[in-house]
Amino acid sequence: MDAQLAMPAAAHFDAPAIPETGGGKAPRGSAAMPPMLVVKNLKKYFPVKGGLLNRKVGNVHAVDDISFTVFKGETLGVVGESGCGKSTLARLLMYLMQPDSGEVAFGGRAVGAKDGLPLRDLRRNLQMVFQDSYSSLNPRLPVEASVAYGPRVHGTSAAKARETARGLLGKVGLRPELFGPRYPHELSGGQKQRVNIARALALAPKMLILDEAVSALDKSVEAQVLNLLRQLKREFDLTYLFISHDLNVVQYISDRVMVMYLGQVVEMGPVDQIYNGPKHPYTAALLKSRLAMDPDDKIVTPPLTGDPPNPINPAPGCRFRSRCQFAEAICEAKAPALGAWANRASHVAACHMADPQSGHTRAGTSAHDALAEEAAR
Amino acid sequence: MTDATFDTSSRSAAPRVRSYWQSVGHRLSYDHVTLLFAGIILLVVLSAVFAPWLTSIDPNKPQMIARLKPIGTAGRWLGTDELGRDMLARLLYGGRVSLAMGLVPVALATLIGGFLGVVAGYAGGFVNTAIMRVMDVFYAFPSVLLAVAVSGMMGGGMLNGLLALTLVFIPPLCRISETATAQVRSLDFVEAARASGAGMGSVIVHHILGNVLGPVFIYASSLISVSVLLAAGLSFLGLGVEPPTPDWGLMLSALRQAIYIDPMLCALPGVAIFITSLSFNMVSDGLRQAMDVRQ
Amino acid sequence: MWLYALRRILYAVPIALGVSIICFGLVFLAPGDPLGSLLPPDASQADIEYLRGVYGFDRPLPVQYFDWLMRVASGDLGNSIQSGRPVLTEISHALMNTVMVSFGAVAIAFSIAFVLGTIAAYHLGTWVDRTVTGLSIAGVSVPNYWFGVVLVIVFAVEFNLLPAMGMGSGGSDNFSIFEWEQLKYAILPITTMSLVPLGVIMRNTRSAVADVLSQDFVQALRAKGLGEWAVARHTIRNALPQVLAVMGLQFGYLVGGSILVETIFNWPGTGFLLGKAILTRDVPVVQGVVLVLAICFVITNLCVDLIQTAVDPRIKRG
Repeated sequence: MDAQLAMPAAAHFDAPAIPETGGGKAPRGSAAMPPMLVVKNLKKYFPVKGGLLNRKVGNVHAVDDISFTVFKGETLGVVGESGCGKSTLARLLMYLMQPDSGEVAFGGRAVGAKDGLPLRDLRRNLQMVFQDSYSSLNPRLPVEASVAYGPRVHGTSAAKARETARGLLGKVGLRPELFGPRYPHELSGGQKQRVNIARALALAPKMLILDEAVSALDKSVEAQVLNLLRQLKREFDLTYLFISHDLNVVQYISDRVMVMYLGQVVEMGPVDQIYNGPKHPYTAALLKSRLAMDPDDKIVTPPLTGDPPNPINPAPGCRFRSRCQFAEAICEAKAPALGAWANRASHVAACHMADPQSGHTRAGTSAHDALAEEAAR
Repeated sequence: MTDATFDTSSRSAAPRVRSYWQSVGHRLSYDHVTLLFAGIILLVVLSAVFAPWLTSIDPNKPQMIARLKPIGTAGRWLGTDELGRDMLARLLYGGRVSLAMGLVPVALATLIGGFLGVVAGYAGGFVNTAIMRVMDVFYAFPSVLLAVAVSGMMGGGMLNGLLALTLVFIPPLCRISETATAQVRSLDFVEAARASGAGMGSVIVHHILGNVLGPVFIYASSLISVSVLLAAGLSFLGLGVEPPTPDWGLMLSALRQAIYIDPMLCALPGVAIFITSLSFNMVSDGLRQAMDVRQ
Repeated sequence: MWLYALRRILYAVPIALGVSIICFGLVFLAPGDPLGSLLPPDASQADIEYLRGVYGFDRPLPVQYFDWLMRVASGDLGNSIQSGRPVLTEISHALMNTVMVSFGAVAIAFSIAFVLGTIAAYHLGTWVDRTVTGLSIAGVSVPNYWFGVVLVIVFAVEFNLLPAMGMGSGGSDNFSIFEWEQLKYAILPITTMSLVPLGVIMRNTRSAVADVLSQDFVQALRAKGLGEWAVARHTIRNALPQVLAVMGLQFGYLVGGSILVETIFNWPGTGFLLGKAILTRDVPVVQGVVLVLAICFVITNLCVDLIQTAVDPRIKRG
């Protein structure tokens, strides 16, 4: 196992590398894929105010006790509908927002802790690619200045930063002499997104969080950008956390997938296992609701009914039970836990059906099996 | 490597790349009305600055024999005032005071109010509430009332007038600045800048200021005409410069006594104020239109 | 909605308190001993000591403020140094006069400006629109005190149609708008005061109506077959709340800022009172007038806000 990461080929400046594992934590997973990002019990609640004096009347449980691990070199896809907390999670990982409780460890060192990783160092190793909106790039700066800003902040000279920026623009497929001096409003959506990627790479990070990075693009452009991302991952030896609501995109690019619902992780596992044999009814419903290319394969009954419950002060028990066709008394009484997972190949779900000892009538099976059983009747 | 294969558009000829300010200037060059009034402003400013070269007559020298001569009198083309002083000279020199009283308070208020607004907008929370509530209290006064009350209680005079007017303009500029800053602060590229590890100062200077200065500047330019009017109004009430220093508002007030003798003389200082205020208004309007268009 | 109304009213209270602090502090802006500005210059030492005790200038500032506030709340704004009469009495007479001309000015301005502004909005980009826009810019650029003088020159000096100043022989108690002999004194002041509101309301109406016209639902109404006049009614109804709000604010500005116009015409309103008081350094009157006018402005803003909330269904209630 390397003690130091190999420097990416295109980096033009020397950044101190963070040792793989410090602090004496035993790495999970196989020796070739040490954990890069370990998240434990992360929580973020947003107060809801109301009444005459604008007092707090409740909390929105945006991120509710989430734990997971991202291994070096993989792409972890995060899926879920709008409002499930994906974007909040992204911002918490980047420490653009302070979590209410929980811990994030990068490269084995806890962020913000006394002997752990200072925030500035986290920022040099973990960068984010935003969704292409009109506000993802400063409209007043030429794009190469936007890309060069990061290195400049960390002390690189203006000339060197510009050189780095231009190099990266070339790497993402934009001719630097042509596109460098341009302003964001002079670029197309796909071109802007390439600039976003270049900006994220400017500090030579080890890991990228991609928050709906291709959601705003046309399909053809989306394919180009996805391929670019895969290529860059190989070239720069990156690790990705890929957030999206588009299941097909996540399947295409991910090694493992994490499914979120109302601020919690409901299922996690290797991409093939999840897509072919989902254990959680929500995942199964999401997958079923994808439109197929075959016009004869029509969806007759809607896979997901009912309204999601109020995210403010949620009720106890499983949060999905109001929309789950397999819900039983046990689901209201006890909230299902995600289940222990041993390594990268583990496939776990927070569902009483997946847990053989839960007391559910279908305990020990999976949503996929249950649905197949229903269909066969 | 795979440089040009992705983007077919990168092979096309690049159009002329214009910076933001260049495109503003380009749009303005087509706006003849605004350019006309900008020219008038320039004329007024130049004539005030170069007054000693434009007339050799002393604006403060009274000549009781030649009181209230009408417009068109030989040698005194715009007539004389109630003390026999040359109107043209007094108008030219008066422009200095009136322009100063118009521009300086707005400039000062932009600096102070703009700074406070950026701080309030970026910091949020308690700091924001504290600053903005104080501004709200000052907002509760109509501008004329506040200006008159403050400068009146301080005893009048040019300096007190300047202070009073600056005070009047700080709250609205602070408000504009805070709104713009708060809006920009929540945009993605600011988050990206913070995610690069930049400190607060760097983020504000490099990313926020550039996007906030626009609206603040436009608003400030629209305040100049109000400032000219208010300043002349203060002088009209006797709260501006001390006589015999020429000032358009003061002249207007003094010549009121003469309206039964030669009403046209009284109209002159007012015309000067009107033209100056109107020109600043038109130019500010034109600027706003030029800066507002998104491509 | 009532919740919002209550919250809005509650919010006005600290503002009013802040205003009172500033008014209280005005006294200390004057150069020299604050006491010196409260007394006529020939006051005896005994008077000075007595007043020092009454006003408590020897006590700490917050205590002074609190005492002053209590007095004000009970209606005692002190006595005018010039006339000896209670300040509140002087102000109440003057306020009625100012409100009268301000209201007249805003009413006239609204009537003309709303029509012209709507016409301009219907003919965006044409010479009609440009003329109206030009007029409204001119309206706010003209120094209204100068305009007043010009009106006096034209109507009083040259043609002797209207009186140049004053309020007529009857005084403010006998003033009635239905008698020409009285009304003619008010015409020029009202006209002068209406200049700025005219410009502002015209501009606001134009943009409000143009905004509504550009919305999809207007197209939908026309597509349904509604005649143009009916469409206009709908449009105006949508644009009206915003314009009314501006009108209310302009009224507030006029009442608070009437000093310039009233000085020209010797119209015995609060502005005229303030002007006189400043020149004679009649501090209790200055304080009282500023306080009353500012509080009036706060109340006007409050009313405008509440009415807008009640009328405009889009604003969130509660």
